[in-house]
This record gives sequence, C-alpha cells and structure tokens, in this order.
Amino acid sequence: MRGPNIKREWIYGWLLLLPAMVFLFAFTHIPAITTVLNSFFSTPRGRRPAKFLGLGNYERMLDDPVFWKVFWNNLWFALGTIPVSIALAIVMALWVNEKLTGRSFVRMAYFTPTVLPLIAVANIWMFFYTPGFGLFDQITGFLFGWPASNYLGNPDTALNAIIVVTVWKEAGFFMIFYLAALQAIPVSLKEAAQIEGAGRWTIFWRITFPLLMPTTLFVCVNAVINSFRLVDHIFILTDGGPDNASALLLFYIYEVAFRFWETAYGATLTVALLVLLSLLAIGQFFFFDRKVHYK
Amino acid sequence: MTGAADILDRVLNTLAAWALALLWVLPLAYAIWTAFHPAAYEARFELLAPLTLENFAKAWEAAPFARYFLNTFVLVTMILAGQFFLCTLAAYAFARFTFPGRNVLFALVLLQLLVMPDILMVENYQTMRLLHLVDTIPAIALPYIASGFGIFLLRQTFMTIPKELDEAARIEGSSFLGVLWKVYIPLAKPTYLAYGLVSVSHHWNNFLWPLIVTNSVDTRPVTVGLSIFSAIDSGIEWSVINAATLMTSGPLLIAFLLFQRQFVQSFMRAGIK
Repeated sequence: MRGPNIKREWIYGWLLLLPAMVFLFAFTHIPAITTVLNSFFSTPRGRRPAKFLGLGNYERMLDDPVFWKVFWNNLWFALGTIPVSIALAIVMALWVNEKLTGRSFVRMAYFTPTVLPLIAVANIWMFFYTPGFGLFDQITGFLFGWPASNYLGNPDTALNAIIVVTVWKEAGFFMIFYLAALQAIPVSLKEAAQIEGAGRWTIFWRITFPLLMPTTLFVCVNAVINSFRLVDHIFILTDGGPDNASALLLFYIYEVAFRFWETAYGATLTVALLVLLSLLAIGQFFFFDRKVHYK
Repeated sequence: MTGAADILDRVLNTLAAWALALLWVLPLAYAIWTAFHPAAYEARFELLAPLTLENFAKAWEAAPFARYFLNTFVLVTMILAGQFFLCTLAAYAFARFTFPGRNVLFALVLLQLLVMPDILMVENYQTMRLLHLVDTIPAIALPYIASGFGIFLLRQTFMTIPKELDEAARIEGSSFLGVLWKVYIPLAKPTYLAYGLVSVSHHWNNFLWPLIVTNSVDTRPVTVGLSIFSAIDSGIEWSVINAATLMTSGPLLIAFLLFQRQFVQSFMRAGIK
C-alpha cells in the first residue's frame, strides 16, 4: 500500500516541476555551461568553424587593457553606489517611519525613482549634466561662478556622474526593505532604552542597527548584484566613453559580443563576471555570518 | 530629555527629511516642467509660462510610440502569464510534495537569483537564433518566464498555508490540482498581487536584453524605442525628449501614484521573504 503511494507523489512532484525546470535549464543552467565551454574556442565566422584555443581567450583577457579598465571601473562603481545608497536608504526609512509632517509626500518622493525605467532616468539626468545650460552648470554658475563643465565628457567625472544617477534610482528601493524591518522592531525595546536614559544615537547604534542586520545582508546582496547588472543608463549618458572611462563589465560584454561580434571573447568575459559574482556572494555570506545573529 | 531639545530635534529632522525629498523629486519635477512648456522655457522658470501639450504631440508623431506601447503591453502580459503558471506549479511541488532530488532542484532554482538571464545574454542570443526567434516578442519573454524569485516567493507563501485545509479539500474529493486551484491559489492572492506588480514594473523597464534581441519597430518595447528616439542628437528639442520620456514611464507612474500603498507594500512583501 505504501510503496505505490509514495511513487505517485514522486511523479506528481516531478510533473509539476517539469515546465519550470525546462525553461530554467534552457535559459540559465545550460547557457551558463556553454558559456564556459565556448570560452575555450575561437569565434566561428562564416564557413570557418570554432577552433579550440585552450586558455587563449583568457590570456587575451588578462592582456586586454580595456578589460582591466572596466574591471576597476566596476569595482569603483560598486564602492561608490553600495555604501551610499544603503546609508541613504536607512536614513530615509528612519525618517519616513517617524511621525513626520507630510510623511506620505516624503515617502513618495523617495520611492518614485524606483518605478521609472533606467532609460527614462538617464534621459532626465542627461539634461542636468548638459554643459553650459544644464541645471548643474546653472546652479554652480549662479552660486559659485564656476565655468561650464562637461561632467559626462570628462574621463575624470563621467563614472562619478553615473554613480550619482544610480544612487538616486536605488536608494528609495532599498528604503522599502528597511521600512519593513523597522516596523517589525517592537516599540518596547526603544522605550526600555529611553527609560534607561539612552539618547537617540545610542538607541540607533545599539538597538536599531543590529536588529536591521538581516535586512542589510539582503539589501547588500541585491546591491552587489545590481552594481554588475545596471548598465542601461550608460547607453544614454556616455555610451561607455570617453575612452571607456565609464564602461562597466556587462556593458563591455555587450560591446564585444554585439558590436564587434566576438562572441567567444564575450563568453570569456561573461565567465569572469560569473566568477566575480560568485566570489562576492560567498564572501558576503561569510562576512555577515558572524554579524547576523537575530533571525 | 528636555521638551525644548525634543522639539528642536523634531524640527531639524523634519527639515532634513523634506530637503532630501525635494532634492529627490527635483529631476522628475524638472522633466515635467519642460514637457508641459514650450521649448523657450527649458531653462527659464517663470510661474506664468504658458502650458502646452504640443511636445507630447510632436513626440507621438516623431516615432511609432503607439506600436511600442502595444509591444510592451503584449510582452509584459506574456511574461506575467507565463510566470504565474510555471512558478505556481513549481512552488506547489516544492512546498507540498516530497520526491527524490527536491533539494538539489531547489538549489538550482535559487541559483537563478545570482546568475540572471541578463548576464547570459551572449549564449541566450545564440539560443534564440537556433530557435529562429530573434526579433520576436516571445524571444524577449522566454528567458524570464521561469523565475527563481517567483518560485521562491510562492513556495514561502504556500508553506504557511495550514495542511488541514489541504487535507479537508482532499477528503471532499478534490484532486491534487483541484486543491491547488481551490485552496492554495485563493489564499496566496496578496503574494500574487505583490509579485505581479514587481514583475510588471521590472519588465516594463527592462532594456538590455530587448535591445539585443529586437531590431524592428514591430517588436521593440518602449524602453528601446525611447533610447533610439533620444539617441538622435540633432534636431530634437529637449522638451520633446522629456515629453517622450514621461510618456513611456507615464502608465507605471500614474499607476504608482494611484496605488501607492499597494505598491510599497508589494515591494515590501516581495522583499521580506
């Protein structure tokens, strides 16, 4: 009696999973494997089939100055966006969580960028950065008498200009998760601390912040993935320029694979991105493992 | 704690919160200003500047936005329907069935949270070429339909549903699919709403993969259409570009302003799990 029953449950389980698994394998797992395989071959062109190159593509990558450029750019981009947007998200959530005059307007203002397409965001900011009559130049010119500056056309400022746009877009999104976490913290904890005479600053660092740690882990993982994934605005704002000063890894993969049509080298760069993402994911879990105690 | 210090503290916090909020709406407010005023007022802010809808009319005529909207609408609907169907079945299997390989398969599902289809665009493009699907709307949709995030979210919800309800329905003679339809799906409605909002806004805004896999007016979604429209540097005024920008984000923005609470709660719900 028991035997066939269990078997039937197995079959139901597998059948229910089958459609989703077919799609997952077809567009995630199998491509991930073929990416690795293709990175050992040359790009097939016309009648010429792919040739086995061994580590040739990887040697090329390590010698490729543009790869190193976009690699460091991407790290700088991650370093510039993640801490600032998380800090801003926490501050925003703390404010919106309080009894504030016009709270719903403030919350709407913080969250609105999240619903806009990144392409639209780029269009809006493009005008801010326009040399001469863009809003930035108008403000700095009016207040400090600075001359017109080309933020997006200057290799020293292009990436930072993109970082500003990304923080604007992301902070309100992360705020939501902190807001949810803040609302789950019992008020009694804060009241008890107040009776003990703790100030706001102490309450935040000793009670609120540690209790937000699981949220910070979640947001951090998301922010890291985003810092390698968000490249849409680059297409509008700088197109990677000038001289690759604002190109990121995924943008470079797009250029190599779909502008120069070097798919094998594109696959090699994709492997590098996958390795980097996995290392960062593992690293974060070990780093936070010691600090997240409250589950 | 003295009362005066408390009040000062509150006032300073409110001021700072408002200052940041104004800074945050400034870019959007500015885009709205230019879109509704003649080009002459792009950088001149006068309270009584004449309002106009001409920029929108110009943008609408300059590019086939009607077609782009239709494409995006079809795309988003297709993805959402596919996701609801596949993720529901898979989540049900993970939540209430035991079978060999369950943990391994679940780990493979979660892997997709890290290795997203966007990152594998080089290989996925080859797949679409093999399937002769390049430059079709299904090609944009297919990689996203089996969503690891959706499966995970629905599984978490299904697991909170008491087993007694499940068993009661079975005693009444429902099949395992009948139980899913009568018990699980109705009880998971808030999760479906949350996931639906997140999915629609994500795919409405998606750009890179559609850019790669489409190359004609008949398939391009609004984001790609907008990027092409605004990439033509010469000739198009800022106010017209801003009108087009607002137009493409408009439906989502209006939906957000109307259903602000649901939006925020949906994003929260999707994130907490």
